[in-house]
Amino acid sequence: MIMEGSRGASTQRPVLGTPGSSSATTMSLTKAEKTIILSMWGKISTQADAVGTQALERLFASYPQTKTYFPHFDLRPGSAHLRTHGAKVAAALGDAVKSIDNIAGALSKLSEMHAYVLRVDPVNFKLLSHCLLVTVASHFPADFTADAHTAWDKFLSIVSCVLTEKYR
Amino acid sequence: MMVNMSLATCLGNSSRALKVSDFPPAMVLSHRLLVVYPWTQRFFDNFGNLSSTSAIMGNPKVKAHGKKVLTSFGDAIKNMDNLKGAFAKLSELHCDKLHVDPENFRLLGNVLVIILASHFGKEFTPDMQAMWQKLVAGVATALAHKYH
Repeated sequence: MIMEGSRGASTQRPVLGTPGSSSATTMSLTKAEKTIILSMWGKISTQADAVGTQALERLFASYPQTKTYFPHFDLRPGSAHLRTHGAKVAAALGDAVKSIDNIAGALSKLSEMHAYVLRVDPVNFKLLSHCLLVTVASHFPADFTADAHTAWDKFLSIVSCVLTEKYR
Repeated sequence: MMVNMSLATCLGNSSRALKVSDFPPAMVLSHRLLVVYPWTQRFFDNFGNLSSTSAIMGNPKVKAHGKKVLTSFGDAIKNMDNLKGAFAKLSELHCDKLHVDPENFRLLGNVLVIILASHFGKEFTPDMQAMWQKLVAGVATALAHKYH
């Protein structure tokens, strides 16, 4: 859905200071980007658990240092732990999509958990976000246009921001 | 960074597809970087029209740049035991003449991985991805090695 003569989804500038807009220091999703995410999530949600699980498999394969956060898990591909946790990740993303105008509100409890209990170093959110993008790209190549890539990259950046905003 | 033999073989196999002449996604590498991370356009002032997604898509200089980068990756695969040596001159160029922040090499590498995922679909397994991440990380490090 690329608008003629425009830079696709990115030409519309988000309005700051309106209800639901994130703070002036973070990027906001344009209307067009939200539309892309909502419609793609419709497809992704039919395989949400598999997508969440595969993203984690990719994370642990490419970035073995991330396994240090899961000493209590069996992280072998196909393990019950991985599938359960992958489903949790997917569910959280689904919550964020469903409340795309108020991601901070939707993920508030998760944000507190990451800040006070899990304390995952912020650098790792970029790594998981990248692996989620790779997973979605490999499962839905036709949908993963440049505009969709941009929208998802921004969305996951916002989710990562929300999850780390209470760290200090 | 030492990369072992089986990585070389595996990458060699999947890099057959990187033969630029018959890898359509080659054309979109630089395009995808410039669209998804528009601030990277700062390095391409002399590329002409980058004002819209379609302008970027049709820009011949962008396409040519993508080809150049992919050819370099092809060279990287042939020189995996000495990436720093192989990329020394390019590293100096990117520092002294082009003034490119090495963070951009990581961005480009990850965009390449995503394009490969789109192209290979289910074949782009976690293990395949891990090998490519090692390669792009090695190239990024090698390109940054001569910075001063």
